[in-house]
Amino acid sequence: MVIDSTRMKSLADRLAGDEVKGRSLWADARKRFLKNKAAVSGLVVLLLVLAFAVFGNMIAAYSNETLDFSVMGQIAEKGGPSLSNGHYFGTDDLGRDLFARTVQGTQISLAVGIVGSAIAVLVGTFYGAFAGYVGGRTDNVMMRLVDILMSIPYMFVLILLLVVFGRSIIMLFMGIGLISWLDMSRIVRGQTLSLKHKEFIEAAEATGVSRLTIIRRHIVPNLLGVVAVYATLLVPLMILTESFISFLGLGVQEPLTSWGALISEGSGTINYGTLWQLAFPLFFFVITLFAFFFVGDGLRDALDPKDR
Amino acid sequence: MTGAPLLRVEDLHVAFTLRREGDWPWTPPRKLQAVNGVSFDLAEGEVLGIVGESGCGKSTLARALIQMVPATGRAIWQGKTDLLPLSRHAMLKYRADIQMVFQDPLASLNPRMTVGEIIAEPLRTHHPELGRDEVKARVKAIMDRVGLLANQINRYPHEFSGGQCQRIGIARALVVGPKLVICDEPVSALDVSIQAQVINLLMELQRDLGLTLIFIAHDLSVVKHISNRVMVLYLGQMMEMASGQALYGAPQHPYTQALLSAVPIPDPVLERQKVVIPLVGDLPSPLAPPSGCVFRTRCSRAEAICAEAVPQPTEGEHLVACHFPGPAEV
Amino acid sequence: MALLDVKDLGVSFATNDGTVNAVNGVNLTLARGETLGIVGESGSGKSQLAFAIMGLLAQNGRARGSVKFDGQEILNAPPAIINPIRANHIAMVFQDPMTSLNPYLRVSEQMAEVLVHHKGMSRREALAECVRMLDAVKIPDAKGRIRLYPHEFSGGMRQRVMIAMSLLCRPDLLIADEPTTALDVTVQAQIMQLLAELQREFGMATILITHDLGVIAGFCERVIVLYGGRVMEEASVYPLFAEPAHPYTRGLLRAIPRVDHEGGELDSIPGSPPNMTRDQQGCPFAPRCEFAGEDCAETLAPLVEYAPGRWRACNRSLEGMA
Repeated sequence: MVIDSTRMKSLADRLAGDEVKGRSLWADARKRFLKNKAAVSGLVVLLLVLAFAVFGNMIAAYSNETLDFSVMGQIAEKGGPSLSNGHYFGTDDLGRDLFARTVQGTQISLAVGIVGSAIAVLVGTFYGAFAGYVGGRTDNVMMRLVDILMSIPYMFVLILLLVVFGRSIIMLFMGIGLISWLDMSRIVRGQTLSLKHKEFIEAAEATGVSRLTIIRRHIVPNLLGVVAVYATLLVPLMILTESFISFLGLGVQEPLTSWGALISEGSGTINYGTLWQLAFPLFFFVITLFAFFFVGDGLRDALDPKDR
Repeated sequence: MTGAPLLRVEDLHVAFTLRREGDWPWTPPRKLQAVNGVSFDLAEGEVLGIVGESGCGKSTLARALIQMVPATGRAIWQGKTDLLPLSRHAMLKYRADIQMVFQDPLASLNPRMTVGEIIAEPLRTHHPELGRDEVKARVKAIMDRVGLLANQINRYPHEFSGGQCQRIGIARALVVGPKLVICDEPVSALDVSIQAQVINLLMELQRDLGLTLIFIAHDLSVVKHISNRVMVLYLGQMMEMASGQALYGAPQHPYTQALLSAVPIPDPVLERQKVVIPLVGDLPSPLAPPSGCVFRTRCSRAEAICAEAVPQPTEGEHLVACHFPGPAEV
Repeated sequence: MALLDVKDLGVSFATNDGTVNAVNGVNLTLARGETLGIVGESGSGKSQLAFAIMGLLAQNGRARGSVKFDGQEILNAPPAIINPIRANHIAMVFQDPMTSLNPYLRVSEQMAEVLVHHKGMSRREALAECVRMLDAVKIPDAKGRIRLYPHEFSGGMRQRVMIAMSLLCRPDLLIADEPTTALDVTVQAQIMQLLAELQREFGMATILITHDLGVIAGFCERVIVLYGGRVMEEASVYPLFAEPAHPYTRGLLRAIPRVDHEGGELDSIPGSPPNMTRDQQGCPFAPRCEFAGEDCAETLAPLVEYAPGRWRACNRSLEGMA
């Protein structure tokens, strides 16, 4: 390129101008999301629940394993929620502090939900994006494998896994993680197929960008909207699954606990006048699920491409 | 210059295999011949226009040259290398020399990347050794060259108008200093007033940088303005190829004549005087093209021989693939 | 009395980015049997103008002003008034025929339904009439082809079917919105020829909306040039092309590459089309106009009849544009 000196000068002048900051699609989406009142309140609730899980133990007057002998045997009369004796949420049937137990249950349940959906996001996204982008026989084989895994009644397999390999939290994570990515990979693959024929992918191919870079740089960022929405809706699903397993008595084992286990215990003693044992875990469970659904809906509206 | 053309394409064929929905895996797929025996030479610094209606294979032809669709035949680069049989890895070296500009200005830019990242992508691919500052400086220089403000480097594609997006696409193609730029309908998605800007920019860049262009369009008037030579395609085959002047001034092939007569002229006096040469019937299915000359089913000059023999292009500067070439009888 | 009388028509859309004023204060009249071309680029509001006349604006659209068809107000009119008019007197042809044809029904069923529903014909009569109409739009073997589904027709044939369908009720007004934009030139030439023949034969008034000045030149008697939702110029077709009186029209005519001209540099119009979300003051073309002064950014000249039947909206005088 031949450039004469006057042009060089004017070029330098123009280049010196301050760089204007761009407004990315993410920034747009964030703005739309923050306008959505239901979604923002959902997010606030989630943050509060998270804070409860992380810092709750600092407030708790008892550890989750200590038995309070002063209320033992008279749970219905003395074990109710009270600020004076430090059992803010009351005690469970054995006299353990329900506040501390709920904090622990929240930690476990959120962890199960987040780990499950994190596995789904990582494995599902790359599996689906790879199958969709490469296409052809590879895609066929990869997706038939997903079909086969999906056609196995997964609750049955999960229960079998827990029975055969013992009831441990690791096993639970593995079992849930094994299943959660299947749907995600299908969704991602579908999106990838429609992205694949966009001209900007063609442009990258024409200039010789490698396949893995195309997936990483062009496909995955454009999938993240869908993935984010689906992941937020997947967390409550994972929590529900774990709760169900725990409700059956196959989930986390004492002294660990989770929302499902607490609810199970609470509902077992509902006839003895200890309603709080059900009410507090159930309350956290319900508001968290609601909040996740609101946030998911808000994200979907904010990221919806038809609105762009 | 070495004397050898920059690119010599010989007998290029592209066939797609179509598998009907619901066919058994062992049913033999049907063949769609998208490009059928096209040959041409491209001299350095030349602008070759390729025109034709939808389904004539003009975009496929372009994509075949850069191995985006599998093709057979020969595409000899600078008299030395045949591009078509090259492996993915071996082809990479030539991709910096052959760049492409796409039709849809917005869709050809990744919406999640900034303009700077988009334009830098070919640089990062072909010159990974360049430092960040060097890349940025080159991106800014090329942005300025195509008429974009260099301080917009951190903006996203959706913040630009269609014409500006197409300038970004052009900047991306030019940043690695290619020899050949393939423009696939670069202005057909743009408004008339913006079209002129982009055509002028392409002409200016071509002249100043000594680029060779393949300019694909369905709009004959746009092609006329920018091209030295024009090729007319119909159902994957070359019908006529000549210098712009000869092709537009004295077309010899009945299809070219019909195509030219159909272009509306923005002048009510001329437009209402002109005689449109009608084409009978519909475009035949490319899955079952007519025997002999593919155009014979819609041609007013067709005779028995047209169904039997494929007309071979004439020799010389003005190539016509027709058994009965000649000026239009009006 | 004019067949169509549009007074001060405005169309605005409420969007996330604020209100978009797509059409502003457009006046137009159309006599029976007249052909009017509306030309404009994307964002000029030409399609929204047609949708507003038809009462087909999207959910978030609002129309102001007045649209009188045969003396009757039809803008924002209740369905009881507008539906019979839409069914029997105004027809519309779109760019993509597939959007208005049901892909799951045979063409015969879709066409006959119109006549059975609106004209009270028997199915047999209706089918015979449909075949006659398909013959009129020169679909070969109309009798056999009427049994096909829309996707079995080629693009050009589909547009012919669409035109035949729109003419079934013998409308007084046909609005064709970019009817040939999706088609190849040779097919476009055939469709425009067909439209011209049908227009003569049936004598309906026609509004042709397009971005292609070449198509306008061949078809219309009168032309309205829209830019940024406003009328820039209005004139009969011959003077408009011979002596364009508005800087925009002049720029547009110079910017078009033409097959009958030599190649070379084109006179482009600098800048980009207007951003319709911004509040508009003054002339929308001012930022791109070579004759614009400071006044143009603030005041928009009204549409003035500077010669009989020739209107322009520009702050500069005709002499000032020389």
